[in-house]
Amino acid sequence: MGVLNTVSYVFIGIGLFFNFVGAFGLLRFPDVYTRMHATTKCTTFGAIFLILAVIVQSAGIWASEGTLSQSVICIHSVLALVALLITNATGAHAMARAAHRSGEKPARAVVDDLEGKKND
Amino acid sequence: MNWLPTLIAMVVCVIIIMVRVFIGPGAPTRLVAFDTANTLVVAGLVVAAMMFNHALFVDVAIVYALFSFVMTLYVAKYIQGDKF
Repeated sequence: MGVLNTVSYVFIGIGLFFNFVGAFGLLRFPDVYTRMHATTKCTTFGAIFLILAVIVQSAGIWASEGTLSQSVICIHSVLALVALLITNATGAHAMARAAHRSGEKPARAVVDDLEGKKND
Repeated sequence: MNWLPTLIAMVVCVIIIMVRVFIGPGAPTRLVAFDTANTLVVAGLVVAAMMFNHALFVDVAIVYALFSFVMTLYVAKYIQGDKF
């Protein structure tokens, strides 16, 4: 259990660090695209590592004691991780597309390459 | 293993993000901030399941993740001006 506790603490440290980086990036960046750049990557990475810490810890308790609730937590956490991985990336693409189509401009941008060639 | 400090740190993260939800200029920024808060709530629910030793929290987290994805898609569709 000592090794598993150490691995869990390292994963929790990585996860909380990236979650706080994402939160402060959301608070500090100037426009919606840079905020999305900060949050969608950092918080997804942080959530992955927090759930991995839970998976490691519950799998260790499941292997040593064989309790039912820990096995359910371990397997369903893997499902939650897969759901989070699929939905976050897709939702980020939808949000970026919606922000661009609603006329949101990047801060201090000179040329918007996403506009294409149809205007000239 | 004590999971309570991790959960408190997640709640602090969500509070920082809710500041951007309230002051953020425009609908797309608020949508991005709300989606980030949803991701953190899912991770916090998994941590809470481990803390309370109660497996039902993880199922709630899965359903919360899928519903927040549907919410994000439909609000994005509304923001970009599509017809429903």
